[in-house]
Amino acid sequence: MRKALLTGVLSATALAYMAAAANASTLDDVKKKGFVQCGVNTGLAGFASPDSKGNWVGFDVDICRAVAAAIFGDGSKVKFTPTTAKERFTALQSGEIDLLSRNTTWTETRDTELGFNFAGVNYYDGQGFMINAKKLSGVTSALQLSGASVCVQTGTTTELNLADYFKANHMEYNPVVFEKLEETNAAYDSGRCDVYTTDQSGLYAIRLSLKNPDDHVVLPEIISKEPLGPAVRQGDDQWFDLVKWTLNAMIIAEEDGITQANVEEMKNSDKPEIKRVLGQEKGSKYGADLGVSEDWVVNIVKAVGNYGESFERNLGQGSPLKIKRGLNQLWSKGGILYAPPIR
Amino acid sequence: MASQDTLRTVDTGKVSPLNDPKIRGIFFQALLFVFLVGFIYWIIGNTIDNLQRAHIASGFGFLERRAGFDVSDSLISFSSDSTIGRALVVGFLNTLLVSVFGIITASILGFLVGIGRLSTNWLIRKICMIYVEIFRNIPPLLVIFFWYIGVLSVLPQPRESIRMPLGMFLNSRGFYFPKFDWGEHAWLIGLAFLIAIALAVFVKVKATQRQMTTGQQFPVLWTSLALIVGLPALAFLLAGMPLTFEVPKLSTFNLTGGVQIKPEFLSLYLALSFYTAAFIAEIVRAGIMGVPHGQSEASHALGLRPGTTLRLVVVPQAMRIIIPPLTSQYLNLMKNSSLAVAIGYADLVAIGGTVLNQTGQAIEIVAIWMAVYLGLSLLVSLFMNWFNAKMALVER
Repeated sequence: MRKALLTGVLSATALAYMAAAANASTLDDVKKKGFVQCGVNTGLAGFASPDSKGNWVGFDVDICRAVAAAIFGDGSKVKFTPTTAKERFTALQSGEIDLLSRNTTWTETRDTELGFNFAGVNYYDGQGFMINAKKLSGVTSALQLSGASVCVQTGTTTELNLADYFKANHMEYNPVVFEKLEETNAAYDSGRCDVYTTDQSGLYAIRLSLKNPDDHVVLPEIISKEPLGPAVRQGDDQWFDLVKWTLNAMIIAEEDGITQANVEEMKNSDKPEIKRVLGQEKGSKYGADLGVSEDWVVNIVKAVGNYGESFERNLGQGSPLKIKRGLNQLWSKGGILYAPPIR
Repeated sequence: MASQDTLRTVDTGKVSPLNDPKIRGIFFQALLFVFLVGFIYWIIGNTIDNLQRAHIASGFGFLERRAGFDVSDSLISFSSDSTIGRALVVGFLNTLLVSVFGIITASILGFLVGIGRLSTNWLIRKICMIYVEIFRNIPPLLVIFFWYIGVLSVLPQPRESIRMPLGMFLNSRGFYFPKFDWGEHAWLIGLAFLIAIALAVFVKVKATQRQMTTGQQFPVLWTSLALIVGLPALAFLLAGMPLTFEVPKLSTFNLTGGVQIKPEFLSLYLALSFYTAAFIAEIVRAGIMGVPHGQSEASHALGLRPGTTLRLVVVPQAMRIIIPPLTSQYLNLMKNSSLAVAIGYADLVAIGGTVLNQTGQAIEIVAIWMAVYLGLSLLVSLFMNWFNAKMALVER
């Protein structure tokens, strides 16, 4: 009894201290310790996974690197914390990580009740279903899934959308819920469930890790809106602004045609917009306003490239996933990516 | 001597309250108490302050909200429209279910293996020893994975289910057996069963009385068995056999109908039972070996057979040694059931984790977890202490 009490008191103390730590200025903290602590997925191909040399790569990882590049001029000054769907919010709330870039859906609850701010959307996604077409050759639509066992990861918006979708269509299902992505994948691959559901981008990534990827198909239905984006703690506007504008800068760089290859050359451009974005304008203080150096956009692009480059390298044609840009194309090219201007 | 006596009386009369051990004791206890209360008050206040500053919601209001997620195994009716509080109750009942079944099976298996380790038969003795040494030395999580990944998930898919007699099926989605649909007048069978039990108890009492007075024995076991099986069977026939079976059938995805025991429950239950049984076996062995050998020799000398000796002389005495450590094993099993989260069994920790994630109220959920496990453990301890007191040697 006394031991339990002591443990309780100690953990409460720990929480109290962590909550206190969360209040200091994150940017100052980050500058002091010399790196950004970034929460990422435990391993989702294309978004965040360690490569053969143990370096983290992926679309979400690039956001972390871009933020580090904006602050330090060096995209490698990041330490990664792999988090499960269940751990991620506590990790951010407690101050264990400075930034959560982990294919996380922006929702009202997370924005308000959990005490976060979403710095924008880096991937517009939607929830889908994957089945083994070899075993279930007759199934071509999600509406035929009544009675199926569905593998889903706990603590996700996916889990809630799934319940809503089956209820709305008067279908029965049998949820098989796991905490970790790897466990969910293994259960689906071993045939414990008929259906795997998560964000469509995730389905494509997971399909690659299955024993026979070609046996599996993603059904056409998209049952939800899943705007994925990086999140920070509420109440630290300076840090929030920095992450938000890092993402915007990547999109603006693509709009302006600034790439990893030509960024040095572009510095000499005489277009006012490009001069402004790259910090070449006389007396410009866009970087200073964010608390970083004036060549912050140059650093970002050097580290990870513009939005389109990062997308193609991790998810698109340069990757095994071959996901099309779709909604994640610039507004001027038929997508919905639209960044406010740097001015 | 006399001078010392006077000295002492003089001393005690003059002692100042500052040096009185009683008053000092109370003072320091009170000081510690005030410090502890103040500390807890500060911690709670600080936590609430910081939660507010970090814009994180707190309080237990979320328990009343719509859950929004579904749960696969539920003993009570549950849908995504039920409240979050109800979801936690579902998880609690699942924890209880697997714990109770696990404790029963582990006890039976543990007693058998424990007695087996003391068998005179070399083969039985060695098999029991190997069992104990293997399961006692593997972490419980690995035992769970062994059953889940190693045994149950490699079973065939629903379409190629293993057919077993009496309409039972086994596949990677679990174990299926027919559901009993009781018809009209089925209550007669239940009534007959209750009457049979009452009669069996009556026979037992009468037989003991007779043995005490005349020394004659009566085959109580066989008579009771005949009563308990025979009477309900008779009632079943008289009521016109009001029983139909709903046999599981294959549909598009799964077997439907009948009763399904999911692999998540099955592997957790088997793993916890097998793991804890190894420890119980050792406790039972220690208990039996703790009974002096003279006791069995004496009962052999009285002409009791080995089985009777074990049942009437050795085990009742061994129980006094067995029960206290057995309590800790039951508590361990119950707490180990929280490993369910690794294989997706919807126990209290798994559902609490889901709620924690959907609402973000970590402190409240962790408090609920701690309170529930503490409460359950204290209840089990209380029961076992009562049982221990009942079994204790009554000194006359």
